[in-house]
Amino acid sequence: MTLSPLARRVLAGLTFGVLALIYLPLLVVVANSVNPSQSMTWPPDGLTFEWWRRAAHSEGAREALVTSLQVAAVATALALLLGTLLALALQRYSFFGKNAVNLLVILPIALPGVVTGIALNNGFKGILGVDLALWTIVVAHATFCIVTVFNNVQARLRRMGTSLEEASADLGAGVLTTFRLVTLPQLRSALLAGGMLAFALSFDEIIVTTFTAGNGATTLPIWILNNMFRPNQAPVVNVVAVVLIVFSIIPVWLAQRLSSDVEGVR
Amino acid sequence: MSLSTSAPAQAAVVDRAPAISIRGLRKTYGDVVAVDHVDLDIADGEFFSMLGPSGSGKTTVLRLIAGFEQATAGSVTLGGVDVTRAAPFERDVHTVFQDYALFPHMSVLDNVGYGLRVRGMKKAERRERAQQALDTVRLGHLGARRPAQLSGGQRQRVALARAIVLQPRVLLLDEPLGALDLKLREQMQVELKQLQRELGITFVFVTHDQEEALTLSDRIAVFDAGSIQQLGTPREIYENPTSAYVAGFVGTTNLFDAATSQRLLGVAAEHAVRPERLRLSPGTDTEPARPDEVRLDAVVVETIYLGTGNRVHLRTSDGVELVALEQSTGSLDTREHRGDDVTVRFARADVVPLTSGS
Repeated sequence: MTLSPLARRVLAGLTFGVLALIYLPLLVVVANSVNPSQSMTWPPDGLTFEWWRRAAHSEGAREALVTSLQVAAVATALALLLGTLLALALQRYSFFGKNAVNLLVILPIALPGVVTGIALNNGFKGILGVDLALWTIVVAHATFCIVTVFNNVQARLRRMGTSLEEASADLGAGVLTTFRLVTLPQLRSALLAGGMLAFALSFDEIIVTTFTAGNGATTLPIWILNNMFRPNQAPVVNVVAVVLIVFSIIPVWLAQRLSSDVEGVR
Repeated sequence: MSLSTSAPAQAAVVDRAPAISIRGLRKTYGDVVAVDHVDLDIADGEFFSMLGPSGSGKTTVLRLIAGFEQATAGSVTLGGVDVTRAAPFERDVHTVFQDYALFPHMSVLDNVGYGLRVRGMKKAERRERAQQALDTVRLGHLGARRPAQLSGGQRQRVALARAIVLQPRVLLLDEPLGALDLKLREQMQVELKQLQRELGITFVFVTHDQEEALTLSDRIAVFDAGSIQQLGTPREIYENPTSAYVAGFVGTTNLFDAATSQRLLGVAAEHAVRPERLRLSPGTDTEPARPDEVRLDAVVVETIYLGTGNRVHLRTSDGVELVALEQSTGSLDTREHRGDDVTVRFARADVVPLTSGS
């Protein structure tokens, strides 16, 4: 399709505007992390790594980072296991209530975080009668992490069809052997992509986390929210934000590359 | 004629224990009946074809033999063992799939060695056996490649090698040549037939191509609407179709309904005669019909040049449409033209009464 020169210029302008709106604030955060002024006056009148040094020595930031990594890692692992099993069940077997289960699995990603948060909070404290802790965050995150894994794996299974698995069974392989030697290798990149997305989702989640975190369980996003408006800590928050940007971009970029690689080959 | 020539083949079938025995097989999906009351015995070492249009149930029968589908009713027995409820991996049959179903993440050699691997064979031994199987299908030099790097015909052979390396009693082939172009398909037909003869394996071959079924098979089952319409040697199926459906599906034919048969033959029942049995002579001759033949006056409606001969479409003076096939003799081919008057003759012995079906 060819566009008129005017249309091209308008569309280019719009694209540039939207991208600028998204990425300029990120650049400001990066710039402010090396801005010598504590109140972040603009434009910066120098360059300092004082905030980076302070951030590196901040006990709270480091603990929050470790907590976030732990939560994301465990939630992702859970999601990989359960999401794959769910996708296999829904894509390869038929049973009563299959469509209902399918909908119920997808729903958590569409539900507003605040609803999920309240529901889980009530569920944990009211119904189960347990104290909120680190593991309650993990469970809460797993509810929506499962969806990304599930979607990726289900799409792959659908495209794969059943003939490879039938061929494997035909050649004498049992159900588990077929899964290990045929299905799993075919799912590898879908699992990687789904897992990385799940990790990124969990890592910067704040709403559901607020409702399900126990005392002393502070993830990085919550730590940032708590420290952002303290004048002493604000510059350190900028540094942590830059770290977060990097942590979030890498897995998403890798996930995208992996899934596009596979599309190209097949 | 045809019955006497097929007698030895029939005798051979009875002599040996059946490799596959199917009784009262039925498969439904909800309200849809895919396979209905199929009874079938396939002999050891036989090249058996299941022929029919798509949706006729032939592939479902194959999948029921392989174990990919569970029968709604009836039984499947392999070499005397009832496997109706057995999983695919518990059955001594292997399948060559229509889309080949090669494992894309494995090399060709690992694909062929897969069945040996899941049986716990040591790596060195299974590589050797896989290599031999690849040599059998003349792809010994391509073992290191991935399936994606092979042509359609090569993938087809890898799929064959992957199945025969396990030395099954029965090999199931689901339209294995369907995706190949004509030249390659004819070449693979010859190779399949040779392979089957050398290995002595029972082949169950599913196809919708009637010519393929006729040329390859020892026996053919013609399927329609989930059940077998006719079972017999290629010659029986072609020369003595028992129903209008079989006569029409296998090759082209001239069908006479009961009224036309009454007029032409004096018998009020459906009959069929093959186009190549019609003899044409130009003009309206005055010579009367002999007692053993039928003589008709007709007009040429269309003549189509086929290379090997002509296909001539005719209409008789009383409005019956006919098709005749004239072999090219190489000498002074008389080619009938549109509108020419011709005389059609065919022997009464060549007219086949259709005994069953509509």
